[in-house]
Amino acid sequence: MAAVPLSYYLVLSGILFFCGVLGFLIKRNIITIFMSIELMLNGVNLSFVAFAAQWHSLNGQVFVFFVMVVAAAEAAVGLAIIIAVYRTRETLNVDQVNLLKL
Amino acid sequence: MTLTSYLWLVPLFPLAGAAINGFFGRRLPKQAISAIALLFCGLAFGMALLLAAGFSSASAPYSCDLAHWIRSGTFQVDFSFYLDQLSLVMLLVVTGVGFLIHIYSIGYMWDDESYYRFMAYLNLFMFFMLTLVLAKNYLVMFIGWEGVGLASYLLIGFWFTKDSAASAGKKAFIVNRIGDFGFLIALFLIIQHFGSLDFTTVFNAVTPLAKETSGAGFLTAIGLLLMVGAAGKSAQIPLYVWLPDAMEGPTPVSALIHAATMVTAGVYMVARSHVIFERAPEALTVVAVIGTLTAFFAATIGIAQTDIKKVLAYSTVSQLGYMFMACGVGAFSAGIFHLMTHAFFKGLLFLAAGSVIHGVGGEQDMRKMGGLRVYMPWTCATMGIATLAIAGIPPLAGFWSKDEILWQAFNVSWVYWIIGVITAFITSFYMFRLMYMTFGGDVYRGATSPSGHGIDDHGHSTGHGDGHGHDPHESPWVMLGPLVILAVLSIVGGLVGIGNHFEHFLAPVFQGPAVEAATEGASEAGKSGLEYLLMAVSVSVAGLGWFLAYLLYSRSPQLPARIATSLGGLYRAVVHKYYIDEIYAALFVKPLIEGSTAILWHGVDQGVIDASVNESAHAARELSDNVRHMQSGNLRSYAGWVAAGGAVVIAYMVWMGVTH
Amino acid sequence: MFHLILFLFFGAICVAGAVNLLMQSHPINSALSLVVVMGSLAVEYLLLGAEFVAAVQVIVYAGAIMVMFLITIMLLNAGKEERSHGSRVAMLLGVPGVVIGGALIAWTILARSTTDSVSIGALQGDPRGIAKLLFHAFLLPFEVTSVLILIAIMGAVVLVSRPEAVVRSADSSPVRQPEPMIKDRELVAAGKDH
Repeated sequence: MAAVPLSYYLVLSGILFFCGVLGFLIKRNIITIFMSIELMLNGVNLSFVAFAAQWHSLNGQVFVFFVMVVAAAEAAVGLAIIIAVYRTRETLNVDQVNLLKL
Repeated sequence: MTLTSYLWLVPLFPLAGAAINGFFGRRLPKQAISAIALLFCGLAFGMALLLAAGFSSASAPYSCDLAHWIRSGTFQVDFSFYLDQLSLVMLLVVTGVGFLIHIYSIGYMWDDESYYRFMAYLNLFMFFMLTLVLAKNYLVMFIGWEGVGLASYLLIGFWFTKDSAASAGKKAFIVNRIGDFGFLIALFLIIQHFGSLDFTTVFNAVTPLAKETSGAGFLTAIGLLLMVGAAGKSAQIPLYVWLPDAMEGPTPVSALIHAATMVTAGVYMVARSHVIFERAPEALTVVAVIGTLTAFFAATIGIAQTDIKKVLAYSTVSQLGYMFMACGVGAFSAGIFHLMTHAFFKGLLFLAAGSVIHGVGGEQDMRKMGGLRVYMPWTCATMGIATLAIAGIPPLAGFWSKDEILWQAFNVSWVYWIIGVITAFITSFYMFRLMYMTFGGDVYRGATSPSGHGIDDHGHSTGHGDGHGHDPHESPWVMLGPLVILAVLSIVGGLVGIGNHFEHFLAPVFQGPAVEAATEGASEAGKSGLEYLLMAVSVSVAGLGWFLAYLLYSRSPQLPARIATSLGGLYRAVVHKYYIDEIYAALFVKPLIEGSTAILWHGVDQGVIDASVNESAHAARELSDNVRHMQSGNLRSYAGWVAAGGAVVIAYMVWMGVTH
Repeated sequence: MFHLILFLFFGAICVAGAVNLLMQSHPINSALSLVVVMGSLAVEYLLLGAEFVAAVQVIVYAGAIMVMFLITIMLLNAGKEERSHGSRVAMLLGVPGVVIGGALIAWTILARSTTDSVSIGALQGDPRGIAKLLFHAFLLPFEVTSVLILIAIMGAVVLVSRPEAVVRSADSSPVRQPEPMIKDRELVAAGKDH
């Protein structure tokens, strides 16, 4: 069986990552933007695991483990913030949350 | 340690007095201030007398090196003082007349509220003048030169709250500055050619040089530039315009600075540099021409002045012209002789004028005086003696010195002589005019209420009471004493000129071909008939001037007005000083002010400096105004920037990876 | 061969889900697309032999985090996105930047890669191996992350709690009432104007 070249995995990871960035730029809903961030994190996870497989070291996977933990915590806090923002602004449109303008 | 090794004390005594009075005088009682000022000036005078006692025409010059100053490679200048016959004469004149004027000032300025300041400035002036006179090199002389200019500025503008006084002080200082510029360039040339500013060194280097014939030599340049400096300091054409304005200062200042001592600094400097001038005949001619012209020119202006001090001011300019004429024909000792006698009688004239002004309560216009000999006999007598002296009536002092100058001038060119004689006639005329207008007649024309001059030339609080026109009164003895002493000096001061004693005294200084020839040509053994003839001419001319003044101002007082109207424009021009001040204002002052305003102020200061500061602030503002739009608060634009920046970084890394 | 086909298949599903996340206008649809992406990623991990990670991915990511997202969406009753003028910068600078960056990275990876390849199950990522690493070499980070989670919990609780206002009722006894959901009508109205 022919194996899959490592670069394919990296390309897939990159595609996921940049889709996340695009979503961050394009979407207007805060929650959707947040989900794009999760998409980015996933892309990175994939490249970690791919490299772990290449170098035959489990460190990469442990790192993925930590990344997931951090992502979970961040998702919790982030959603709490979104709820708090929704309370005051009554909107989920990120363009209207711009009180920090100069 | 001989006395001469303490030479440096002579200038430093008055400096100490100035320092004490200047710093502490505000809290001292007036008696203490006077005592301090007199003490230190008197100490300097006393030392001068002691030094003179031990000095004769055969004494060698003495140098007193105080401290190192500039040591730069081969060029060195030290704080050194120098005593030879010439500086001794100047020293005696300065300290003697200065001491008398200090005494006079105690009486004159007693009621002024800044009394301590005046005394401090007087002492300060003495310090600088003595530094100038006793200097051993041009640079220390320049310190004194600048310093007396400063003191003159401070003293002319003593009543600085008065606009005219402040402006006069400024004018004096600025015009002096122009002269100083010439002086400085001359110093630079001397350094360039001789590598030193020390008198002995320079003159020893100049002596073997030949006379410069064509006008292209550097000695001529140095001589001309030195003359520029002297013209500024000693009020010769074209830089005399400050001296009449300087009459805004108190009368003792006019007497000391603008008659006896400071204005003579130029003459002293030319005499000191005689070695250079003797080898630059063209420069010497320029000196003589300027002196002669100034003497005549200023005398003509003096005819029509009505302010008593202005007449004396123009008279001073004229007499200084005589001194320069003497130097210009090579008779340096004659010039110094006239300097000495002039200090006596002109100082006396000014002090007596001050006494008159004090006595009539501040009035300076002679048309409002008259008949004062009844009220002020002593003043009238002493002023009369001084007038005789300046007119050149023998055997008073002015006759001897003026005659010596005219004789020496005649030996060089009769043109100088004839102009000098005419000037002597005019001098005699306007001086006796002054006497008749002020003291003559029977009617005191200022008998109505005393004119209010504001602070005027007096500072004298009218404790005699205003409202009723108080009669003129004689001055106190503290003021009359110096008048009497100076009158005595005016009488006997010229007798040292008999038998050429004065000249012989100064001979070690002025050993030079020109003077040698003059002294040997007219030695005491053979006073030629020509000299007696010329003497008679000048005396009779002086008498003629007296007679004319008597005619016009005593016998027929209505004549001058008629003559004035018939002369019309010419008379008006003379009264307005030939409009020289106006011409200068239009030619130099106005363009300078306007140029400065337009170019330096609006163009450079506002346009460049202010603009650059303002514009840089403005630019910072503009920049921040434009950049702040980045802070839109919009999350997505931030993300956009991050993404773009990230792309740039990635591109850079890829490029680095590709190229290396 | 088999490996390649599986990889491509599930990779395609990943990408399709990601693109769908971008294309959908309703956040619920986007969330569900993300779940699909998570799932296919889990398969990819399995293909790489990372069993534990794949399991954790499904349990934690798809099972907890995404559920949290869905709960929030439903709680806030988020609807379709309305059109609003976005940021010009994001469009003009950001999107091209992303595209360029992505292209560069893709080119770098494909053009400069080695011929290394990964085969199925090349590395056994079993729980035992990971546990060995986790509790020996990475013990400190492990403990720290537990603290991190604790902090996150506390933060989330604080952020979400509504401040209680004391309201005087008719009989002057303080009655505790939670503050209304939307506190400041004016602030909201002002926000809507932008």
